[in-house]
Amino acid sequence: MQSSVIEMVYTHRHEVIEQWKEEMINIQEGEFTNGAAQAAVTRTNDEFAALIIDTLEMDKEEARLRLRSFSERLMYSGWPLSYFTKGLQLFRRVLLRFMTTNDTIPSSKVFETFQEVENWMDGIVNQLVDEYTGSWEHTLELQKLALKELSAPLIPVFENISVMPLIGTIDTERAKLVMENLLEGIIEHRSQVVLIDITGVPVVDTMVAHHIIQAAEAVRLVGAECILVGIRPEIAQTIVNLGIDLGKFPTKSTLRKGIESGLERTNRQIVNL
Amino acid sequence: MSVQSNVEVHSEWGIVSARQAGRNLAKELGFAGVDQARITTAISELARNIYLYAEKGEIVLEGIEGKEAGGVKRGLKIVAKDQGPGIKSIREVMEDGYTTSGGLGAGLPGVKRLMDEFDIDSITGEGTEITTIKWLR
Repeated sequence: MQSSVIEMVYTHRHEVIEQWKEEMINIQEGEFTNGAAQAAVTRTNDEFAALIIDTLEMDKEEARLRLRSFSERLMYSGWPLSYFTKGLQLFRRVLLRFMTTNDTIPSSKVFETFQEVENWMDGIVNQLVDEYTGSWEHTLELQKLALKELSAPLIPVFENISVMPLIGTIDTERAKLVMENLLEGIIEHRSQVVLIDITGVPVVDTMVAHHIIQAAEAVRLVGAECILVGIRPEIAQTIVNLGIDLGKFPTKSTLRKGIESGLERTNRQIVNL
Repeated sequence: MSVQSNVEVHSEWGIVSARQAGRNLAKELGFAGVDQARITTAISELARNIYLYAEKGEIVLEGIEGKEAGGVKRGLKIVAKDQGPGIKSIREVMEDGYTTSGGLGAGLPGVKRLMDEFDIDSITGEGTEITTIKWLR
């Protein structure tokens, strides 16, 4: 970094920050900080301005760590990334205005200095964006994993009877998991009857129905039986409208009836003592 | 009425968001539970067709008004547009059990039965536009 830039920033530090803060008020009044306490906004702005200026004299590694801890904290409390990118744009604008209205920089050096400032600001913007997107990708990855874990469990409820409750949207990937877990689970738990519960599936379209039919057929091939339960009235009507033939395998309205039916099929029943 | 929303469909998540938007609009317009389910299912079919055959396209949802004998009726219009390969034989795809993807072949004829009005416009090599309406009873 050119010493002239550093010098300029340090000598005008307070003015630069004051001007910047004034301009920040304008974007605050827009969409960004609705609801955030004014004190928190002021504190964040102070910290942000101090950090920007501090990075001037830090080495790369230190600056990176400081920015990271700063952005992590803000992400956690839900500050939008655009608040900071806009903040940095403003900061640059304020600085450039100082450069051009001030005599500290000889006119021959204006262009060079201008580039220095650009590089400095771009570095910070890039890192902030990296930190934010990195964290988003990480979160997405974790959520995918979490989703997959609760995707399609097969639960043995009685000897020879297992239940697979399906909750949420069924896409191609999940349909594959349903099939795999069903077949593996049937072998593992020696199930004779499996109940697929679709109470929690919001929409049963032809693709979902197709996957269920295929799964039931595969279950039949490994020597077990599949009962579809949890068909809500509106789902029943849409299935009929779509013209999907579910006549090949038994269906029951509720899990409870399904379990009773499953017990019956394995020659057992629930009795009151 | 000016309630309108466009949903881009280029992944399986697009199907989910189109469906969600449809359900919300149907609820807003006052459709009952069963019709909400019909509308969401129809959107799901149309959006899935876009994703399967054209890879990308869009679903436009709109609250509309139409004339009937007793006055004005309200409804929900779904337009599914894509620039995909088009449909070679519309007569065939409207037959139950016709499929080119190994599915059930109930999608389009099913949508027609789920909804009140159904119109399909397709040019081979240029794309497909399907318009379908459910009236509020």
